[in-house]
Amino acid sequence: MIEFRGVTKRFPDGTVAVDGLDLTVDAGRITVFVGPSGCGKTTSLRMINRMIAPTEGTVTVDGRDVMSGDAADLRRGIGYVIQQAGLFPHKTIRDNIATVPLLLGWSKRRARARADELMEVVGLAPEMAARYPAQLSGGQQQRVGVARALAADPPVLLMDEPFSAVDPVVRESLQEELLRLQGELGKTIVFVTHDIDEAVKLGDKVAVFRTGGVLAQYDEPGVLLDRPADGFVDGFVGRDRGYRKLGFLSDELPLAELPTVRVGESAPDGWSLVVDPEGRPLGWVQGGGSVEEATVVPGGSLYEVGSGSLRSALDAALSSPSGRGVAVDGDGRVAGALSADDVLRALAASRADEAA
Amino acid sequence: MVWDWIPRNLGMIGGLLGEHVVLALVPVLIGLVLAVPIGWAAAGNRALRGVLVPAASVLYTIPSLALFIVLPAIIGTRILDPLNVVVALTIYTVALLVRSVADALGAVPSMVVAAATAMGYRPGRRFVSVELPLAVPVLIAGLRVAAVSNISLVSVGALIGVGGLGQLFTDGYQRNFPLEILTGIVMVLLLALVVDGLLVLIGRFSTPWTRVGANA
Ligand SMILES: Nc1ncnc2c1ncn2[C@@H]1O[C@H](COP(=O)(O)OP(=O)(O)OP(=O)(O)O)[C@@H](O)[C@H]1O
Ligand SMILES: [Mg+2]
Repeated sequence: MIEFRGVTKRFPDGTVAVDGLDLTVDAGRITVFVGPSGCGKTTSLRMINRMIAPTEGTVTVDGRDVMSGDAADLRRGIGYVIQQAGLFPHKTIRDNIATVPLLLGWSKRRARARADELMEVVGLAPEMAARYPAQLSGGQQQRVGVARALAADPPVLLMDEPFSAVDPVVRESLQEELLRLQGELGKTIVFVTHDIDEAVKLGDKVAVFRTGGVLAQYDEPGVLLDRPADGFVDGFVGRDRGYRKLGFLSDELPLAELPTVRVGESAPDGWSLVVDPEGRPLGWVQGGGSVEEATVVPGGSLYEVGSGSLRSALDAALSSPSGRGVAVDGDGRVAGALSADDVLRALAASRADEAA
Repeated sequence: MVWDWIPRNLGMIGGLLGEHVVLALVPVLIGLVLAVPIGWAAAGNRALRGVLVPAASVLYTIPSLALFIVLPAIIGTRILDPLNVVVALTIYTVALLVRSVADALGAVPSMVVAAATAMGYRPGRRFVSVELPLAVPVLIAGLRVAAVSNISLVSVGALIGVGGLGQLFTDGYQRNFPLEILTGIVMVLLLALVVDGLLVLIGRFSTPWTRVGANA
Protein backbone atom coordinates (compact mmCIF):
# COMPACT_ATOMS: atom_id res chain seq x y z
CA MET A 1 0.00 0.00 0.00
CA ILE A 2 1.24 3.46 -0.92
CA GLU A 3 0.02 6.57 0.84
CA PHE A 4 0.37 10.25 0.04
CA ARG A 5 -0.32 12.42 3.11
CA GLY A 6 -0.58 16.16 2.51
CA VAL A 7 2.08 15.96 -0.20
CA THR A 8 3.12 19.18 -1.91
CA LYS A 9 5.99 19.58 -4.33
CA ARG A 10 7.27 23.06 -5.03
CA PHE A 11 10.26 23.24 -7.40
CA PRO A 12 13.04 25.77 -6.74
CA ASP A 13 11.66 28.00 -9.52
CA GLY A 14 8.37 28.28 -7.61
CA THR A 15 6.33 25.88 -9.75
CA VAL A 16 3.87 23.97 -7.61
CA ALA A 17 3.70 20.61 -9.37
CA VAL A 18 1.69 18.76 -6.74
CA ASP A 19 -0.56 20.54 -4.29
CA GLY A 20 -1.67 18.96 -1.01
CA LEU A 21 -2.13 15.44 -2.34
CA ASP A 22 -3.89 12.93 -0.08
CA LEU A 23 -4.30 9.57 -1.74
CA THR A 24 -4.10 5.88 -0.90
CA VAL A 25 -2.97 3.44 -3.56
CA ASP A 26 -4.41 -0.02 -2.85
CA ALA A 27 -2.01 -2.94 -2.68
CA GLY A 28 -2.24 -5.47 -5.49
CA ARG A 29 -4.27 -3.14 -7.70
CA ILE A 30 -3.68 -0.89 -10.71
CA THR A 31 -4.08 2.78 -9.83
CA VAL A 32 -3.97 5.20 -12.75
CA PHE A 33 -2.96 8.86 -12.54
CA VAL A 34 -4.52 10.73 -15.44
CA GLY A 35 -4.76 14.37 -16.44
CA PRO A 36 -3.54 16.95 -18.95
CA SER A 37 0.16 17.60 -19.52
CA GLY A 38 1.90 19.36 -16.65
CA CYS A 39 -0.65 18.44 -13.99
CA GLY A 40 1.91 16.71 -11.77
CA LYS A 41 1.44 13.02 -12.64
CA THR A 42 5.11 12.28 -13.17
CA THR A 43 6.11 14.33 -10.15
CA SER A 44 3.67 12.41 -7.95
CA LEU A 45 4.91 9.10 -9.33
CA ARG A 46 8.56 9.99 -8.82
CA MET A 47 7.96 10.89 -5.21
CA ILE A 48 7.11 7.23 -4.60
CA ASN A 49 10.60 6.02 -5.49
CA ARG A 50 12.21 9.17 -4.15
CA MET A 51 13.46 10.39 -7.51
CA ILE A 52 11.83 13.61 -6.30
CA ALA A 53 11.57 14.59 -2.65
CA PRO A 54 8.30 16.11 -1.42
CA THR A 55 8.48 19.69 -0.15
CA GLU A 56 5.75 18.99 2.38
CA GLY A 57 3.97 15.90 3.59
CA THR A 58 5.00 12.26 3.48
CA VAL A 59 4.83 9.38 1.06
CA THR A 60 4.83 5.94 2.62
CA VAL A 61 5.21 2.50 1.04
CA ASP A 62 3.91 -0.24 3.32
CA GLY A 63 3.88 2.21 6.20
CA ARG A 64 7.50 3.29 5.75
CA ASP A 65 8.32 6.89 4.90
CA VAL A 66 10.21 6.67 1.62
CA MET A 67 12.52 9.46 2.76
CA SER A 68 13.84 7.36 5.60
CA GLY A 69 16.52 4.80 4.78
CA ASP A 70 18.63 4.43 1.66
CA ALA A 71 17.28 5.69 -1.66
CA ALA A 72 19.01 3.08 -3.83
CA ASP A 73 17.74 0.22 -1.64
CA LEU A 74 14.21 1.61 -1.83
CA ARG A 75 14.41 1.87 -5.63
CA ARG A 76 15.65 -1.70 -6.09
CA GLY A 77 12.38 -2.81 -4.53
CA ILE A 78 10.23 -0.70 -6.87
CA GLY A 79 9.98 -1.48 -10.58
CA TYR A 80 10.02 1.53 -12.89
CA VAL A 81 8.98 1.75 -16.53
CA ILE A 82 9.15 4.98 -18.49
CA GLN A 83 8.08 6.28 -21.85
CA GLN A 84 10.32 5.06 -24.68
CA ALA A 85 11.51 2.47 -22.17
CA GLY A 86 14.70 4.32 -21.13
CA LEU A 87 16.67 1.19 -21.90
CA PHE A 88 20.45 1.18 -21.66
CA PRO A 89 21.54 1.44 -25.30
CA HIS A 90 24.94 -0.14 -24.61
CA LYS A 91 23.61 -3.26 -22.93
CA THR A 92 22.04 -6.25 -24.58
CA ILE A 93 18.39 -7.00 -23.95
CA ARG A 94 19.36 -9.76 -21.54
CA ASP A 95 21.68 -7.48 -19.58
CA ASN A 96 19.12 -4.69 -19.54
CA ILE A 97 16.59 -7.01 -17.96
CA ALA A 98 19.16 -8.40 -15.51
CA THR A 99 20.02 -4.91 -14.21
CA VAL A 100 18.29 -4.93 -10.83
CA PRO A 101 19.09 -8.56 -9.96
CA LEU A 102 22.76 -7.77 -10.60
CA LEU A 103 22.51 -4.64 -8.44
CA LEU A 104 21.03 -6.82 -5.73
CA GLY A 105 24.11 -9.03 -5.91
CA TRP A 106 22.71 -12.08 -7.70
CA SER A 107 25.25 -14.16 -9.59
CA LYS A 108 25.56 -13.40 -13.30
CA ARG A 109 24.27 -16.83 -14.18
CA ARG A 110 21.17 -16.55 -12.03
CA ALA A 111 20.45 -12.98 -13.19
CA ARG A 112 20.69 -14.01 -16.84
CA ALA A 113 18.53 -17.06 -16.32
CA ARG A 114 15.96 -14.78 -14.70
CA ALA A 115 16.20 -12.40 -17.67
CA ASP A 116 15.54 -15.23 -20.12
CA GLU A 117 12.56 -16.31 -18.07
CA LEU A 118 11.13 -12.78 -18.12
CA MET A 119 11.60 -12.44 -21.86
CA GLU A 120 9.23 -15.34 -22.20
CA VAL A 121 6.80 -13.80 -19.70
CA VAL A 122 6.53 -10.55 -21.68
CA GLY A 123 6.45 -12.34 -25.03
CA LEU A 124 9.89 -11.64 -26.48
CA ALA A 125 11.55 -14.26 -28.67
CA PRO A 126 14.67 -15.79 -27.05
CA GLU A 127 16.87 -14.83 -30.01
CA MET A 128 16.45 -11.18 -29.00
CA ALA A 129 18.42 -11.71 -25.81
CA ALA A 130 21.74 -10.84 -27.41
CA ARG A 131 20.45 -7.84 -29.36
CA TYR A 132 20.78 -4.20 -28.41
CA PRO A 133 17.76 -1.95 -27.80
CA ALA A 134 18.28 -0.11 -31.11
CA GLN A 135 17.61 -3.40 -32.91
CA LEU A 136 14.09 -3.68 -31.47
CA SER A 137 10.83 -2.05 -32.46
CA GLY A 138 9.22 0.47 -30.13
CA GLY A 139 6.70 -2.07 -28.89
CA GLN A 140 9.41 -4.65 -28.24
CA GLN A 141 11.45 -2.07 -26.36
CA GLN A 142 8.47 -1.37 -24.12
CA ARG A 143 8.21 -5.09 -23.37
CA VAL A 144 11.86 -5.08 -22.39
CA GLY A 145 11.15 -2.09 -20.15
CA VAL A 146 8.39 -4.02 -18.42
CA ALA A 147 10.56 -7.15 -18.11
CA ARG A 148 13.38 -5.09 -16.63
CA ALA A 149 11.04 -3.59 -14.05
CA LEU A 150 9.75 -7.03 -13.09
CA ALA A 151 13.13 -8.75 -12.94
CA ALA A 152 13.66 -8.69 -9.18
CA ASP A 153 9.98 -9.36 -8.57
CA PRO A 154 9.28 -6.05 -6.79
CA PRO A 155 5.87 -5.73 -5.09
CA VAL A 156 5.42 -2.22 -6.53
CA LEU A 157 5.57 -1.16 -10.17
CA LEU A 158 5.61 2.47 -11.33
CA MET A 159 4.79 3.06 -15.00
CA ASP A 160 5.05 6.53 -16.53
CA GLU A 161 3.24 6.68 -19.88
CA PRO A 162 4.90 3.40 -20.81
CA PHE A 163 2.86 2.88 -23.96
CA SER A 164 2.41 6.41 -25.25
CA ALA A 165 5.22 6.30 -27.80
CA VAL A 166 3.95 3.26 -29.68
CA ASP A 167 1.23 3.15 -32.30
CA PRO A 168 -2.37 2.54 -31.22
CA VAL A 169 -2.49 -1.10 -32.35
CA VAL A 170 0.67 -2.07 -30.48
CA ARG A 171 -0.48 0.00 -27.52
CA GLU A 172 -3.66 -1.97 -27.32
CA SER A 173 -1.84 -5.28 -27.29
CA LEU A 174 0.59 -4.04 -24.65
CA GLN A 175 -2.37 -2.97 -22.51
CA GLU A 176 -4.00 -6.37 -22.87
CA GLU A 177 -0.79 -8.05 -21.85
CA LEU A 178 -0.30 -5.82 -18.86
CA LEU A 179 -3.76 -6.84 -17.67
CA ARG A 180 -3.00 -10.51 -18.28
CA LEU A 181 0.31 -10.20 -16.39
CA GLN A 182 -1.33 -8.36 -13.55
CA GLY A 183 -3.90 -11.15 -13.30
CA GLU A 184 -1.02 -13.52 -12.59
CA LEU A 185 1.26 -11.29 -10.57
CA GLY A 186 -1.03 -9.03 -8.52
CA LYS A 187 1.46 -6.17 -8.21
CA THR A 188 0.73 -2.78 -6.74
CA ILE A 189 0.89 -0.75 -9.94
CA VAL A 190 0.79 3.01 -10.32
CA PHE A 191 0.29 3.86 -13.98
CA VAL A 192 0.52 7.37 -15.42
CA THR A 193 -1.20 8.37 -18.64
CA HIS A 194 -2.81 11.41 -20.22
CA ASP A 195 -5.29 9.15 -22.01
CA ILE A 196 -8.54 8.69 -20.10
CA ASP A 197 -9.40 5.75 -22.33
CA GLU A 198 -6.26 3.92 -21.22
CA ALA A 199 -6.97 4.95 -17.61
CA VAL A 200 -10.47 3.50 -17.69
CA LYS A 201 -9.30 0.33 -19.39
CA LEU A 202 -6.41 -0.43 -17.03
CA GLY A 203 -7.32 1.18 -13.74
CA ASP A 204 -8.96 -0.51 -10.78
CA LYS A 205 -9.03 3.07 -9.55
CA VAL A 206 -8.36 6.29 -11.42
CA ALA A 207 -7.03 9.55 -10.00
CA VAL A 208 -7.84 12.54 -12.22
CA PHE A 209 -5.44 15.46 -11.75
CA ARG A 210 -6.03 19.01 -12.89
CA THR A 211 -3.36 21.54 -13.78
CA GLY A 212 -1.64 22.87 -10.68
CA GLY A 213 -1.24 19.41 -9.25
CA VAL A 214 -4.63 19.18 -7.57
CA LEU A 215 -6.45 15.88 -7.34
CA ALA A 216 -9.85 16.40 -8.94
CA GLN A 217 -11.41 12.98 -8.37
CA TYR A 218 -10.28 9.57 -7.23
CA ASP A 219 -12.67 6.74 -7.92
CA GLU A 220 -13.32 3.51 -9.71
CA PRO A 221 -13.62 4.01 -13.48
CA GLY A 222 -17.36 3.36 -13.50
CA VAL A 223 -18.01 5.99 -10.86
CA LEU A 224 -15.79 8.44 -12.70
CA LEU A 225 -17.77 8.02 -15.92
CA ASP A 226 -21.20 8.06 -14.29
CA ARG A 227 -20.69 10.64 -11.60
CA PRO A 228 -17.88 13.06 -12.45
CA ALA A 229 -17.14 15.22 -9.41
CA ASP A 230 -17.07 18.53 -11.26
CA GLY A 231 -17.03 20.28 -14.61
CA PHE A 232 -13.35 19.63 -15.17
CA VAL A 233 -13.64 15.89 -14.72
CA ASP A 234 -16.80 15.83 -16.75
CA GLY A 235 -15.03 17.65 -19.56
CA PHE A 236 -12.01 15.39 -19.39
CA VAL A 237 -14.00 12.17 -19.26
CA GLY A 238 -16.84 13.29 -21.46
CA ARG A 239 -14.61 14.64 -24.15
CA ASP A 240 -13.05 11.27 -24.43
CA ARG A 241 -16.33 9.43 -24.55
CA GLY A 242 -17.12 11.74 -27.43
CA TYR A 243 -14.04 11.02 -29.39
CA ARG A 244 -14.02 7.35 -28.76
CA LYS A 245 -17.30 7.22 -30.59
CA LEU A 246 -16.31 9.56 -33.42
CA GLY A 247 -12.75 8.75 -34.19
CA PHE A 248 -12.49 10.53 -37.54
CA LEU A 249 -12.14 14.09 -38.71
CA SER A 250 -14.40 15.44 -41.39
CA ASP A 251 -11.94 18.15 -42.44
CA GLU A 252 -8.19 18.31 -42.18
CA LEU A 253 -7.09 20.40 -39.20
CA PRO A 254 -5.37 23.75 -39.66
CA LEU A 255 -1.64 23.56 -38.99
CA ALA A 256 0.25 26.40 -37.40
CA GLU A 257 3.87 27.00 -38.24
CA LEU A 258 6.10 25.16 -35.78
CA PRO A 259 9.60 26.55 -35.27
CA THR A 260 12.19 23.78 -34.97
CA VAL A 261 15.79 23.57 -33.80
CA ARG A 262 18.46 20.92 -34.09
CA VAL A 263 20.82 19.54 -31.50
CA GLY A 264 23.73 21.94 -31.16
CA GLU A 265 21.74 24.95 -32.36
CA SER A 266 20.58 27.70 -30.10
CA ALA A 267 16.90 27.64 -29.09
CA PRO A 268 14.71 30.70 -28.53
CA ASP A 269 12.95 31.20 -25.19
CA GLY A 270 9.90 29.06 -24.44
CA TRP A 271 9.26 25.62 -25.91
CA SER A 272 10.95 24.58 -29.17
CA LEU A 273 10.68 21.35 -31.08
CA VAL A 274 13.97 19.55 -31.65
CA VAL A 275 14.30 17.69 -34.95
CA ASP A 276 16.90 15.33 -36.40
CA PRO A 277 18.76 16.23 -39.60
CA GLU A 278 15.91 14.74 -41.66
CA GLY A 279 13.39 17.01 -39.94
CA ARG A 280 11.84 14.26 -37.83
CA PRO A 281 10.85 15.26 -34.31
CA LEU A 282 13.09 14.18 -31.40
CA GLY A 283 11.36 16.00 -28.56
CA TRP A 284 11.04 19.39 -26.94
CA VAL A 285 13.36 21.76 -25.16
CA GLN A 286 12.30 24.55 -22.86
CA GLY A 287 14.14 27.83 -22.52
CA GLY A 288 16.88 29.39 -24.58
CA GLY A 289 20.47 28.31 -24.99
CA SER A 290 22.26 25.66 -26.94
CA VAL A 291 20.23 22.48 -27.44
CA GLU A 292 21.83 19.36 -26.00
CA GLU A 293 20.50 15.90 -26.61
CA ALA A 294 20.32 15.25 -22.90
CA THR A 295 17.90 18.10 -22.21
CA VAL A 296 15.40 17.05 -24.87
CA VAL A 297 12.05 16.14 -23.31
CA PRO A 298 10.29 13.28 -25.12
CA GLY A 299 7.49 14.69 -27.16
CA GLY A 300 4.39 12.59 -26.67
CA SER A 301 2.51 11.10 -29.59
CA LEU A 302 2.43 12.39 -33.17
CA TYR A 303 -0.42 13.15 -35.52
CA GLU A 304 0.05 12.05 -39.11
CA VAL A 305 -1.40 14.56 -41.52
CA GLY A 306 -4.05 12.95 -43.68
CA SER A 307 -4.74 10.10 -41.28
CA GLY A 308 -7.91 11.93 -40.27
CA SER A 309 -7.85 10.38 -36.83
CA LEU A 310 -9.38 12.79 -34.37
CA ARG A 311 -8.20 10.59 -31.60
CA SER A 312 -4.56 10.75 -32.60
CA ALA A 313 -4.86 14.53 -33.13
CA LEU A 314 -6.23 14.98 -29.63
CA ASP A 315 -3.63 12.60 -28.27
CA ALA A 316 -0.87 14.62 -29.91
CA ALA A 317 -2.22 17.92 -28.58
CA LEU A 318 -2.76 16.61 -25.05
CA SER A 319 0.49 14.72 -24.68
CA SER A 320 2.77 17.48 -25.91
CA PRO A 321 4.62 19.16 -23.06
CA SER A 322 4.44 22.47 -24.93
CA GLY A 323 0.68 22.29 -25.42
CA ARG A 324 1.17 22.23 -29.20
CA GLY A 325 0.63 18.89 -30.86
CA VAL A 326 3.16 17.81 -33.48
CA ALA A 327 1.82 16.96 -36.91
CA VAL A 328 4.08 14.96 -39.24
CA ASP A 329 3.91 13.99 -42.89
CA GLY A 330 3.96 10.43 -44.23
CA ASP A 331 7.75 10.32 -43.90
CA GLY A 332 7.64 11.35 -40.27
CA ARG A 333 8.89 14.88 -40.94
CA VAL A 334 7.41 17.78 -39.00
CA ALA A 335 4.55 19.35 -40.91
CA GLY A 336 3.27 21.86 -38.35
CA ALA A 337 1.57 22.37 -35.03
CA LEU A 338 -1.93 21.47 -33.85
CA SER A 339 -3.49 23.51 -31.12
CA ALA A 340 -5.63 21.76 -28.55
CA ASP A 341 -8.27 24.45 -29.15
CA ASP A 342 -8.52 23.60 -32.84
CA VAL A 343 -8.78 19.92 -32.09
CA LEU A 344 -11.49 20.48 -29.50
CA ARG A 345 -13.36 22.73 -31.90
CA ALA A 346 -13.24 20.00 -34.55
CA LEU A 347 -14.48 17.61 -31.91
CA ALA A 348 -17.38 19.85 -30.99
CA ALA A 349 -18.20 20.32 -34.67
CA SER A 350 -18.29 16.61 -35.39
CA ARG A 351 -20.40 16.05 -32.29
CA ALA A 352 -22.82 18.66 -33.52
CA ASP A 353 -22.89 16.87 -36.89
CA GLU A 354 -23.67 13.67 -35.13
CA ALA A 355 -26.47 15.24 -33.11
CA ALA A 356 -28.01 16.82 -36.20
CA MET B 1 76.70 4.19 -48.69
CA VAL B 2 74.31 6.47 -46.79
CA TRP B 3 71.33 4.08 -46.58
CA ASP B 4 73.57 1.85 -44.53
CA TRP B 5 73.01 4.24 -41.69
CA ILE B 6 69.56 2.84 -40.98
CA PRO B 7 70.45 -0.84 -40.43
CA ARG B 8 73.56 0.14 -38.53
CA ASN B 9 71.54 2.28 -36.15
CA LEU B 10 68.45 0.12 -35.76
CA GLY B 11 69.13 -0.36 -32.06
CA MET B 12 69.39 3.37 -31.47
CA ILE B 13 66.27 4.10 -33.52
CA GLY B 14 64.37 1.40 -31.64
CA GLY B 15 65.45 2.89 -28.32
CA LEU B 16 64.32 6.36 -29.36
CA LEU B 17 61.03 4.94 -30.58
CA GLY B 18 60.45 3.29 -27.22
CA GLU B 19 61.27 6.53 -25.44
CA HIS B 20 58.94 8.42 -27.76
CA VAL B 21 56.09 6.03 -27.07
CA VAL B 22 56.54 6.35 -23.31
CA LEU B 23 56.88 10.14 -23.38
CA ALA B 24 53.80 10.55 -25.57
CA LEU B 25 51.44 7.91 -24.21
CA VAL B 26 52.08 7.87 -20.47
CA PRO B 27 50.70 11.44 -20.37
CA VAL B 28 47.65 10.27 -22.33
CA LEU B 29 46.93 7.65 -19.67
CA ILE B 30 47.55 9.95 -16.72
CA GLY B 31 45.65 12.74 -18.48
CA LEU B 32 42.67 10.47 -19.04
CA VAL B 33 42.61 9.42 -15.40
CA LEU B 34 42.70 13.07 -14.31
CA ALA B 35 40.31 14.40 -16.96
CA VAL B 36 37.50 11.94 -16.23
CA PRO B 37 36.71 13.23 -12.72
CA ILE B 38 37.28 16.86 -13.75
CA GLY B 39 35.08 16.47 -16.83
CA TRP B 40 32.49 14.67 -14.73
CA ALA B 41 32.40 17.60 -12.30
CA ALA B 42 32.11 20.03 -15.21
CA ALA B 43 29.29 18.03 -16.80
CA GLY B 44 27.32 18.00 -13.57
CA ASN B 45 27.54 21.66 -12.73
CA ARG B 46 26.96 24.52 -15.14
CA ALA B 47 28.94 27.09 -13.13
CA LEU B 48 31.89 24.75 -12.75
CA ARG B 49 31.76 23.95 -16.45
CA GLY B 50 31.83 27.68 -17.21
CA VAL B 51 35.17 27.89 -15.41
CA LEU B 52 36.80 24.55 -16.17
CA VAL B 53 36.26 24.24 -19.89
CA PRO B 54 37.58 27.73 -20.83
CA ALA B 55 40.45 27.30 -18.35
CA ALA B 56 41.38 24.04 -20.06
CA SER B 57 41.28 25.71 -23.47
CA VAL B 58 43.61 28.46 -22.26
CA LEU B 59 46.07 25.89 -20.93
CA TYR B 60 46.13 24.29 -24.33
CA THR B 61 47.28 27.51 -26.00
CA ILE B 62 50.55 27.72 -24.02
CA PRO B 63 53.37 26.95 -26.46
CA SER B 64 54.92 23.58 -25.69
CA LEU B 65 58.52 24.74 -25.72
CA ALA B 66 57.70 27.49 -23.22
CA LEU B 67 56.01 24.95 -20.98
CA PHE B 68 58.98 22.55 -21.17
CA ILE B 69 61.26 25.38 -20.11
CA VAL B 70 59.25 26.98 -17.31
CA LEU B 71 58.10 23.73 -15.74
CA PRO B 72 61.42 22.99 -13.98
CA ALA B 73 61.12 26.32 -12.18
CA ILE B 74 57.59 25.49 -11.10
CA ILE B 75 57.87 21.83 -10.14
CA GLY B 76 61.54 21.81 -9.19
CA THR B 77 62.82 19.29 -11.72
CA ARG B 78 66.14 19.59 -13.52
CA ILE B 79 65.92 21.28 -16.91
CA LEU B 80 66.83 18.09 -18.83
CA ASP B 81 64.54 15.81 -16.82
CA PRO B 82 62.14 13.79 -19.07
CA LEU B 83 59.57 14.39 -16.37
CA ASN B 84 59.19 17.93 -17.71
CA VAL B 85 57.93 16.56 -21.00
CA VAL B 86 55.63 14.07 -19.29
CA VAL B 87 54.13 16.72 -17.02
CA ALA B 88 53.73 19.23 -19.84
CA LEU B 89 52.04 16.72 -22.12
CA THR B 90 49.84 15.53 -19.28
CA ILE B 91 48.67 19.11 -18.87
CA TYR B 92 47.83 19.31 -22.58
CA THR B 93 46.04 15.99 -22.48
CA VAL B 94 43.94 17.04 -19.50
CA ALA B 95 43.19 20.35 -21.21
CA LEU B 96 42.00 18.53 -24.32
CA LEU B 97 40.09 15.76 -22.61
CA VAL B 98 38.21 17.79 -19.99
CA ARG B 99 36.10 19.21 -22.73
CA SER B 100 35.65 15.83 -24.44
CA VAL B 101 34.62 14.19 -21.20
CA ALA B 102 32.24 17.00 -20.25
CA ASP B 103 30.67 16.95 -23.73
CA ALA B 104 30.50 13.17 -23.82
CA LEU B 105 28.81 12.94 -20.43
CA GLY B 106 26.53 15.85 -21.27
CA ALA B 107 25.35 13.94 -24.34
CA VAL B 108 24.24 10.88 -22.37
CA PRO B 109 20.43 11.01 -22.60
CA SER B 110 19.03 12.22 -19.29
CA MET B 111 16.27 9.63 -19.57
CA VAL B 112 18.80 6.82 -19.51
CA VAL B 113 20.52 8.31 -16.47
CA ALA B 114 17.17 8.78 -14.75
CA ALA B 115 16.22 5.19 -15.57
CA ALA B 116 19.50 3.98 -14.06
CA THR B 117 18.89 5.98 -10.90
CA ALA B 118 15.37 4.64 -10.66
CA MET B 119 16.65 1.06 -10.99
CA GLY B 120 18.68 1.67 -7.84
CA TYR B 121 22.15 2.47 -9.15
CA ARG B 122 24.19 4.55 -6.72
CA PRO B 123 26.04 7.44 -8.41
CA GLY B 124 29.49 5.80 -8.48
CA ARG B 125 28.39 2.54 -10.04
CA ARG B 126 26.00 4.34 -12.36
CA PHE B 127 28.90 6.44 -13.62
CA VAL B 128 31.08 3.41 -14.29
CA SER B 129 28.48 1.15 -15.84
CA VAL B 130 26.14 3.57 -17.60
CA GLU B 131 27.46 7.07 -18.15
CA LEU B 132 31.10 6.28 -18.89
CA PRO B 133 30.42 3.48 -21.42
CA LEU B 134 27.97 5.72 -23.26
CA ALA B 135 30.61 8.45 -23.33
CA VAL B 136 33.22 6.17 -24.94
CA PRO B 137 32.67 7.17 -28.59
CA VAL B 138 33.24 10.88 -27.87
CA LEU B 139 36.00 10.04 -25.44
CA ILE B 140 37.87 7.98 -28.05
CA ALA B 141 37.68 10.91 -30.46
CA GLY B 142 39.30 13.11 -27.81
CA LEU B 143 41.93 10.48 -27.04
CA ARG B 144 42.87 10.22 -30.70
CA VAL B 145 43.52 13.95 -30.91
CA ALA B 146 45.46 13.90 -27.63
CA ALA B 147 47.58 10.91 -28.59
CA VAL B 148 48.48 12.18 -32.05
CA SER B 149 49.19 15.68 -30.83
CA ASN B 150 51.36 14.32 -27.99
CA ILE B 151 53.31 12.18 -30.43
CA SER B 152 54.13 15.25 -32.46
CA LEU B 153 54.81 17.42 -29.40
CA VAL B 154 57.31 14.98 -27.90
CA SER B 155 59.62 15.79 -30.82
CA VAL B 156 59.76 19.39 -29.63
CA GLY B 157 61.30 18.09 -26.43
CA ALA B 158 64.41 17.25 -28.46
CA LEU B 159 65.24 20.96 -28.27
CA ILE B 160 65.74 20.56 -24.54
CA GLY B 161 67.42 17.20 -25.00
CA VAL B 162 64.48 14.87 -24.23
CA GLY B 163 62.51 14.12 -27.33
CA GLY B 164 62.46 10.49 -28.34
CA LEU B 165 62.52 10.36 -32.13
CA GLY B 166 62.81 14.17 -32.21
CA GLN B 167 66.47 13.68 -31.40
CA LEU B 168 66.88 12.32 -34.91
CA PHE B 169 65.83 15.78 -36.16
CA THR B 170 68.21 17.76 -33.95
CA ASP B 171 71.10 15.35 -34.46
CA GLY B 172 70.57 15.03 -38.21
CA TYR B 173 70.35 18.80 -38.50
CA GLN B 174 73.54 19.37 -36.56
CA ARG B 175 75.42 16.77 -38.60
CA ASN B 176 73.79 17.97 -41.81
CA PHE B 177 72.55 14.42 -42.45
CA PRO B 178 69.09 14.47 -44.16
CA LEU B 179 68.54 10.70 -44.00
CA GLU B 180 68.48 10.82 -40.22
CA ILE B 181 65.93 13.65 -40.28
CA LEU B 182 63.85 11.76 -42.83
CA THR B 183 63.97 8.62 -40.70
CA GLY B 184 62.73 10.67 -37.74
CA ILE B 185 59.84 12.12 -39.73
CA VAL B 186 58.77 8.76 -41.14
CA MET B 187 58.97 7.08 -37.74
CA VAL B 188 56.92 9.79 -36.02
CA LEU B 189 54.32 9.60 -38.77
CA LEU B 190 54.13 5.82 -38.61
CA LEU B 191 53.86 5.89 -34.85
CA ALA B 192 51.02 8.41 -35.01
CA LEU B 193 49.20 6.32 -37.61
CA VAL B 194 49.60 3.08 -35.67
CA VAL B 195 48.49 4.59 -32.35
CA ASP B 196 45.54 6.30 -33.98
CA GLY B 197 44.56 3.04 -35.66
CA LEU B 198 44.81 1.17 -32.38
CA LEU B 199 42.55 3.72 -30.68
CA VAL B 200 40.00 3.36 -33.45
CA LEU B 201 40.08 -0.41 -32.96
CA ILE B 202 39.72 -0.08 -29.19
CA GLY B 203 36.79 2.24 -29.76
CA ARG B 204 35.09 -0.17 -32.13
CA PHE B 205 35.72 -3.10 -29.88
CA SER B 206 34.32 -1.38 -26.80
CA THR B 207 31.17 0.04 -28.43
CA PRO B 208 29.52 -2.81 -30.33
CA TRP B 209 26.07 -1.25 -29.79
CA THR B 210 26.90 1.76 -31.96
CA ARG B 211 27.15 -0.36 -35.07
CA VAL B 212 23.90 -2.27 -34.95
CA GLY B 213 21.34 -1.31 -37.55
CA ALA B 214 18.47 0.58 -35.98
CA ASN B 215 15.06 -0.62 -37.07
CA ALA B 216 13.03 0.98 -34.30
N1 LIG C 1 12.59 19.93 -12.22
C1 LIG C 1 11.57 20.80 -12.37
N2 LIG C 1 11.73 22.11 -12.12
C2 LIG C 1 10.71 22.98 -12.26
N3 LIG C 1 9.48 22.65 -12.66
C3 LIG C 1 9.26 21.35 -12.93
C4 LIG C 1 10.29 20.36 -12.82
N4 LIG C 1 9.76 19.16 -13.16
C5 LIG C 1 8.48 19.39 -13.48
N5 LIG C 1 8.17 20.70 -13.34
C6 LIG C 1 6.86 21.33 -13.56
O1 LIG C 1 5.93 20.74 -12.70
C7 LIG C 1 4.68 20.57 -13.36
C8 LIG C 1 4.27 19.12 -13.31
O2 LIG C 1 5.19 18.36 -14.05
P1 LIG C 1 5.00 16.80 -14.30
O3 LIG C 1 6.18 16.34 -15.07
O4 LIG C 1 4.72 16.14 -13.01
O5 LIG C 1 3.73 16.78 -15.21
P2 LIG C 1 2.98 15.56 -15.91
O6 LIG C 1 1.60 15.56 -15.40
O7 LIG C 1 3.76 14.33 -15.76
O8 LIG C 1 2.96 16.03 -17.41
P3 LIG C 1 3.17 15.21 -18.77
O9 LIG C 1 1.84 14.59 -19.11
O10 LIG C 1 3.53 16.25 -19.76
O11 LIG C 1 4.25 14.21 -18.54
C9 LIG C 1 4.87 21.11 -14.75
O12 LIG C 1 4.39 22.43 -14.77
C10 LIG C 1 6.33 21.07 -14.96
O13 LIG C 1 6.74 22.07 -15.86
MG1 LIG D 1 4.86 13.11 -17.14
